[in-house]
Amino acid sequence: MSGIRFDSVSVAYAGNTVLDSLDLTVEPGEVMALLGPSGSGKTTALRAVAGFVRPVAGRVLIGGRDVTALPPHKRGIGMVVQQYALFPHMRVEENVAFGLRAQKAPKAEIPGRVAEALEMTGMASYAGRYPRELSGGQQQRVAIARALAIRPGVLLLDEPLSALDAQLRSGMLAELARLHRELPDVSILYVTHDQVEALTLADRIAVMDRARLRDCGTPQELYRAPRTEFTASFVGNANLLPVTVADGGAVFEGRGLEVDRGGAAPGARATLCVRPHLIGLGEGPNALRGTIAEVQWRGSTHRLYVNVDGHRVKADLPELRETPALGDEVTLHFEPRDAVLLAAGVSDG
Amino acid sequence: MLVHSKTGRWAAWSLFGLLFLPLFALPLLVVVAASFSTHWSGAFPSGPTAGNYASAVRGESLQALTTSLVTALVASLLALTVGSWAALAAAGLKRRGKRCLDALFMLPVAVPSVVVGLAVLVAFSKPPLLLNGTSSIVILAHTVLVTAFAYQSVSAAILRLDPAYEQAAASLGARPAYVLCRVKLPLLLPSLTAAAGLCFALSMGELSATMMLYPPDWMPLPVRIFTATDRGSLFSGSAVAVVLMATTLLVLLAVSRIRTRATYR
Repeated sequence: MSGIRFDSVSVAYAGNTVLDSLDLTVEPGEVMALLGPSGSGKTTALRAVAGFVRPVAGRVLIGGRDVTALPPHKRGIGMVVQQYALFPHMRVEENVAFGLRAQKAPKAEIPGRVAEALEMTGMASYAGRYPRELSGGQQQRVAIARALAIRPGVLLLDEPLSALDAQLRSGMLAELARLHRELPDVSILYVTHDQVEALTLADRIAVMDRARLRDCGTPQELYRAPRTEFTASFVGNANLLPVTVADGGAVFEGRGLEVDRGGAAPGARATLCVRPHLIGLGEGPNALRGTIAEVQWRGSTHRLYVNVDGHRVKADLPELRETPALGDEVTLHFEPRDAVLLAAGVSDG
Repeated sequence: MLVHSKTGRWAAWSLFGLLFLPLFALPLLVVVAASFSTHWSGAFPSGPTAGNYASAVRGESLQALTTSLVTALVASLLALTVGSWAALAAAGLKRRGKRCLDALFMLPVAVPSVVVGLAVLVAFSKPPLLLNGTSSIVILAHTVLVTAFAYQSVSAAILRLDPAYEQAAASLGARPAYVLCRVKLPLLLPSLTAAAGLCFALSMGELSATMMLYPPDWMPLPVRIFTATDRGSLFSGSAVAVVLMATTLLVLLAVSRIRTRATYR
């Protein structure tokens, strides 16, 4: 059983800080997603665990052992990267056996473990092929099998699905979830910029932005009760409205809204966070009147952009029979319990 | 560049023919024609004969051919080893170190080969390392001259090699030496064979440095061609030149036939 611990890890390239004192613990057997836009430092964090970047400060621990000064090949990790990096001059089975041979596993054991890893990823019938003869999804499976064959305590996945098309991606997500159920002892650090992947797969999500950890919690916590504006907008693309806290709720551009104000003191400035799919069209509680700025048809839903007093509010509605025209006056509403009040000032930690 | 119009294509081909034929093909054809003749006083050679070849492939000429082949083979293998080793080491250096190494390996190309020959001659004419008068001094000079090309082509190939392969191998627990033997060198193999071919061809044709150094019992083919034509034996010299050309081409063809699994990438 081995988890990962980041102990105030900082990484800088040529004086440019790309990871700023990250403190994070991945429990043994846990799936931790590092979620953030590009340039947020999430891949750097993963590479610090793999040993491809040397932190300028802090320690990285794997299974309680300080590996900060160890070269990559002594760390006992499995890694899968976006472009797979299968060895093109080796057959699938040789690729999968590579780690075992490199670590001088007993010769008699290797074929069995290769077969096991290929079986687990459903690639057993492709053992004799070369990587160039496989599709992207198949190459990805082989890359996972190759990483699993050495039975690592820690599996690092760096944007493993971003080179696949949408349909394959959801299939592979299910596969990864199944693999994790079959290997409950393996800690997984999963780097992604895709919130769906993170929400689907992770036990906990660490949200990163501009070299820093912004938020960390279970997917439900982050989605239902985000603590920062960045989390709210990056995970689930929430509407963020500037409000002033009032007695019965909040005041947005002069209109009173009924929301749970939690511990916020009346008069304080705050941000109201409402998910687009929790907004309804027509009269109701917390009505917002505005004009249609844009309509997008997305198959099963319509996304409306509505200008409310100069603020653009997004609303995702089940496919509408009558599509509103640009400039139409509409009323939106949301239930008080569907909104979250974020205290201003925690937005940019 | 794609040329779409028919006249454009035609013009491009004629331009190519106009430049290629006189510059590249014609001189070689002239040598081939001369090698089959005994006189050349008019516009065309006369007195067709195969006699020039009879002497070009036996006796001293044959010995010179073997000398050239051995020299080129040993020199290009040495150069490939040293050049690749240096290129691999340079890839691991920081920017400034790599630049220094690049410049160092450029030297034999930048310096005229006559100077390289003279330098090698002066350096190894006195003990403790007395190589003057031996075959080793010729091989050494050739190695120095062609290592630059091996270094450059292998360097370029390493630059194109995706570091993800090396990192994937390391993450799987492979020590650096294991990664080098099982991943990097196999992936570089196509470039290594190409570099070897280039070194071989350059060494086969080397004249100026060799002239300064060769001992009487180790005369490579280009020197023999030079001395033959210098004496006025233009036609037998041409025959030897054609033999040199053919041998080099044959070896290059054989090297390019070495297919590696990495070639299929």
